[in-house]
Amino acid sequence: MLDGTTPAVEPLRTGTADGADRPGRRRAVVTVAVVALLAATPLFLGPYPVTAMTRMLAFAVLVLGVDLLTGVTGLPSLGQAAYFGVGAYTAVLIGIHLTPDAMVQALGGLVMGLVAAAVTGWVAVRARGIVFLMLTLAIGESVHQLAGTWSTVGGSNGLAGMPPISLFGGPPLTAAGFVYWWVLAVAVLVFAGVALVVRSPYGRTLRGIRDNEARMRALGYRPALARYGVFCLAGAVAGAGGALWAQQARFVSPGDMGFEVAALALLSVVVGGPGSLWGPCLGAALVLLVRDNLSPSIGGHGPLVLGTVFIAVVLLAPRGLAGLTGARILAAARRRKENPS
Amino acid sequence: MTTYLVSVLNGLAMGSLLFAIALGLSLVFGMMDVLNLAHGAVYLVGAYVAVALVGDGAGVAPFVLSVLAAAVAGALLGGLLATLTRATPHHLDQALLTLGVALVVAEVLSAAFGNDVHSIAAPAPVGGGVTVLGETYPVYRLLVIGFGAVLAVAVYVLVERSPLGSLIRATVADRAMVAALGVNTGRVLVGVFAAGAALAAVGGVLAGPILGAQPGLDEKVLLLALVVVVIGGLGSVRGALLGAVLIGQVQALGTALLPEYAPFLVFAAMALVLLLRPAGLLPARSAVHA
Repeated sequence: MLDGTTPAVEPLRTGTADGADRPGRRRAVVTVAVVALLAATPLFLGPYPVTAMTRMLAFAVLVLGVDLLTGVTGLPSLGQAAYFGVGAYTAVLIGIHLTPDAMVQALGGLVMGLVAAAVTGWVAVRARGIVFLMLTLAIGESVHQLAGTWSTVGGSNGLAGMPPISLFGGPPLTAAGFVYWWVLAVAVLVFAGVALVVRSPYGRTLRGIRDNEARMRALGYRPALARYGVFCLAGAVAGAGGALWAQQARFVSPGDMGFEVAALALLSVVVGGPGSLWGPCLGAALVLLVRDNLSPSIGGHGPLVLGTVFIAVVLLAPRGLAGLTGARILAAARRRKENPS
Repeated sequence: MTTYLVSVLNGLAMGSLLFAIALGLSLVFGMMDVLNLAHGAVYLVGAYVAVALVGDGAGVAPFVLSVLAAAVAGALLGGLLATLTRATPHHLDQALLTLGVALVVAEVLSAAFGNDVHSIAAPAPVGGGVTVLGETYPVYRLLVIGFGAVLAVAVYVLVERSPLGSLIRATVADRAMVAALGVNTGRVLVGVFAAGAALAAVGGVLAGPILGAQPGLDEKVLLLALVVVVIGGLGSVRGALLGAVLIGQVQALGTALLPEYAPFLVFAAMALVLLLRPAGLLPARSAVHA
C-alpha cells in the first residue's frame, strides 16, 4: 500500500450497465435483430457450427453469472465453474434416472446451482476483492476435486449415457438445430432476467456496493446480505448454464468444472468488458471459438493464445470489447487531444 | 497404530512441501496484495525440471543440480511476474495477469513434455526404506520432513533476526515510509517475489518423487497452497507453517481414515477456520511475524 487512505483493493474498472441515456428504441431494434439472427442460424448453417454455437450459448450463460458478480458487484470470482458443474451433473442425473424433459433438467440445474451457492457462498461473501477471488477459487477447486473422486457421480470418468432431451413430452430432440433453439430460448430468458436484475433497484444497490461500500452501509443498506443474494443468484445462473451445457453434450465430467473453465469464464468477462452484459457474452463466444474451433488449426495451442490474450487485454484494454464502442473511442481521443499529457 | 504413524509421517512430509510452496504466495500477498495465480505453474516448472534432469533414476548430483536449476528458473519466472504485475496498479488486474501467465506456462509445459504422467525417482542413496516402529518408511520422505524443519528455522532467522528480514517486515508494514527512508522498495518486492517463486519451484523438484509431474497438478497445488494461506492467515510466516502442517495432516489422516470424504475434509477445515477466525489462525498483524 502506498498510503493509508487507498482501499486495500480497488474495484475492477467497469463499464456502466445503466444505459438509460441511450436511445431505447435503437437498443430494442438491435436486440430483436440479434435474437432473430441467432434464431435463424440453424436454417443456413450445418450441424457442426450449430453445435459449436450451442456450446457458446451455454457458456455465455455461465459468463453472465460471473459478470453479475465480477462486473456488477465488483466481486471477481474464479469459483462459478463449480456451480456450472453442479448444474451439469444435476441435469445429467435427472436425464439418466428421472425424465428426459429439458425443462425439468434446466430447472433442476438452476435450483441445485442456487442451493450449492447458498451452502458455500456464506464463506466467500465475507471477503472482498482479492480475498474473495482466492476463496471462490478454493471453493470451486474443492468442488471440482470432489466430483473427481466421488464414485457416486462417476469419479474422474464422469457420467455418460444421458438420453436426448425432449420438450412437452414430445419425441427426443436429436437434431442439433432443435437443441440449439432450446438452449437459445433459455439463454435469452436468462439474459433478460439478469438484465432486469441489473436495472432494478437491487442492481443499483449492487453497483453502489461495488463503488463505495462504506457509503452504502451508511445509507442503511446491508452490503453483506446483498452480496450473499447476488452470489446465490449467480450460482443459479451458472447452474442453468451447466444444465444447458450438459444437455448439448449429454455427458459431464469433472473437466467441465475445472480451473480452466473458471479462468475462461473470467477471461470472457474481462475480454468483453465487466459490467456490460452483451460484452461478456461476446467474450464467451470468442473464447470458446479460440479454444474449441481454432485450437486444432493452430496446433492445439488454444490455451496459449488465450493466456496471451488475457495478459494483453488486462494491459491494453481494461474495459474489454464493451469499452471499444465507437463513441467511447472518440470520447477518449477527444480527451487525449484536450489533455495531451 | 503404526499405520496411523505412517499417515502422520506422510502428512508431515506433505506439510513440509506445502510450507515451502505456500510461503512465497503468502509473503507476496502480504507485501503487495498480489495474488499470484501462477504460483502453481511455477511449482510445475520445478517438477518438470526434475523430469528433464532426473527422470526415472539418477544419483545425488543430478538431483541437486535440478534443485538449483529449478530455483533459478523459479526466480526468473518470479522476477518476470513481479515486473508484469508492477505494470498495473490495480490488484485485480495483477491477479488476472498472473492467471494469464499461468495459462501460458501450463500450455508451454504440456507442449514440451506432453500430457503423460511422469514419475520422478528419489536419488539412489536415499531411494530405499528404513524401519520406523516396525513399518518400512521411505528415507526420502523423512529427508523432506527434515528439509521442512530446516526451512522453517531458516525463514524464522531470516525474517525475524536479520537486517534483510527487518527490511522485509518494514516494507510489509509501511511501504511508503520505508521508501521515504531511501530504500528502493520496488527491489525488495521483486526480490521477495523471486525468492518465493524459487522456493515454489524447488518445492516442485522435492515433491517430484512423491507427487510426480502431470498437467493439472499446478491447479491442485495452487488450491492447497491457497487453502494453507487462508487457514494460516495472509502474509504470515507462522501462519503458513501452521496451515501447511494442518493441511498435511488433514490430507494424510483423512485419506487413511475417511477415504470417501478426503476431498471434503480440506474444504471443511477451511470453512471451519473461516467460521471461527475469518482472518486465519495466525494473521499478520502490521508486519510479517515469523
